[in-house]
Amino acid sequence: MDVLREFEQHNPRALARAISRAEAGRGGELVRALYAKAGRATTVGLTGPPGVGKSTLASALVRDARARGKRVGVVSVDPSSPFSHGALLGDRIRLAEHFTDDAVFIRSMASRGHLGGLAGATADAVLLMDAFGFDLVLIETVGVGQSEVAIAELAQTTIVALQPGSGDSIQVLKAGIMEIADIFVVNKADHPMADQLRREIRSMMEMQHWSGWVPELVATQALEGKGIDELVAAIERHALYLNETGELERRRRDAFTHQVRQLALGRMERRLDRALEAQPRNGLDPYEAADRIVTELGLDG
Amino acid sequence: MADRPLRIVIAKAGLDGHDRGAKVIARALRDAGMEVIYTGLFQTPEQIVQTAIQEDADGIGLSILSGAHMTLFPLVVEQLRSQDASDIVFFGGGTIPAEDARRLKELGVREIFTPGAPLQEIIDFVERECGKRRALAS
Repeated sequence: MDVLREFEQHNPRALARAISRAEAGRGGELVRALYAKAGRATTVGLTGPPGVGKSTLASALVRDARARGKRVGVVSVDPSSPFSHGALLGDRIRLAEHFTDDAVFIRSMASRGHLGGLAGATADAVLLMDAFGFDLVLIETVGVGQSEVAIAELAQTTIVALQPGSGDSIQVLKAGIMEIADIFVVNKADHPMADQLRREIRSMMEMQHWSGWVPELVATQALEGKGIDELVAAIERHALYLNETGELERRRRDAFTHQVRQLALGRMERRLDRALEAQPRNGLDPYEAADRIVTELGLDG
Repeated sequence: MADRPLRIVIAKAGLDGHDRGAKVIARALRDAGMEVIYTGLFQTPEQIVQTAIQEDADGIGLSILSGAHMTLFPLVVEQLRSQDASDIVFFGGGTIPAEDARRLKELGVREIFTPGAPLQEIIDFVERECGKRRALAS
């Protein structure tokens, strides 16, 4: 099957295959052909620790978007095993109600050794869904710890979901994912510790001087659909802010630069690996070895 | 085409809530280096086939322990056909009598594994058959 032609005819199998090609590192040709069609979709990232309710929140956001007649793509990333390279991708379970809605396309991705909370091909998958004509693309990261912040480079709006009862007030003061939120969600808001977490996030935010967008804080019970209207309203306010201030263009440029950097870096890494394999440079100290190899590859200066 | 892992959908259909077997298989395939997409319980044949299409799966493994296998397996085969997706390797497992298994295989289910089937045999089957499909597709 000619994937590009079928893609342009809106065959979902072609989209599925295009994403597989991107995952295999062979998506360049398709992305080149489809790049001009992308850039219309709203992209929203959902991140947070394992079990916080990212998939359930995603499902609730899909339900809301469908009620407004929007077409939705979902990219859901789960970790690959560092040992077998296999993966168990279980995020779809929470999205089952949307499986047969042909205006919803859900793709699970294994991280395949990529750090930062996303897979190497997540940006391509989002671009392909955008070019396919989805109005909204939701990106769910792997369950993250404290420092996986790649989502902020990719999504227009980043939602950081947290749950009550998982650590003291110092946790919300730490650097990392607490700094990338456009919107904080306290999910499982019926938990007895929920108010405490909200207070801690608020007081953390009061300590910072904000210019421009101040992160919003929304309490949800995603399973019951509670707080989802407020979350959607916060996402819309952020989208409006991005548009009115020109921040959207800046974020797009940054995302573009980031992806170019990643692609170029990948190619340089492969050259470096080949050179190191061919000549391991034993007997030198590591700094000397690095100097020499960088010079040999013409990468210094 | 070993440039990416095999992708397998493991599914539970109908009103069958017993998913220990499906989880054991999912884990075994994961440990054999495959990317396993687990659908969760109570899926319809249409949901299972849509999942396999969106996930660009090489195979679908359906577990049925409820006795409804003669209804649900043929419905999945039919869905695959109507979606022009019969190239996806469809196999199953469960408490399925030999005579029923024979009939299901005639209908287009590629293999039926019954209780006691060694995990390695299932892994070998999936690697072999899905590998063949990949070779054909590329």
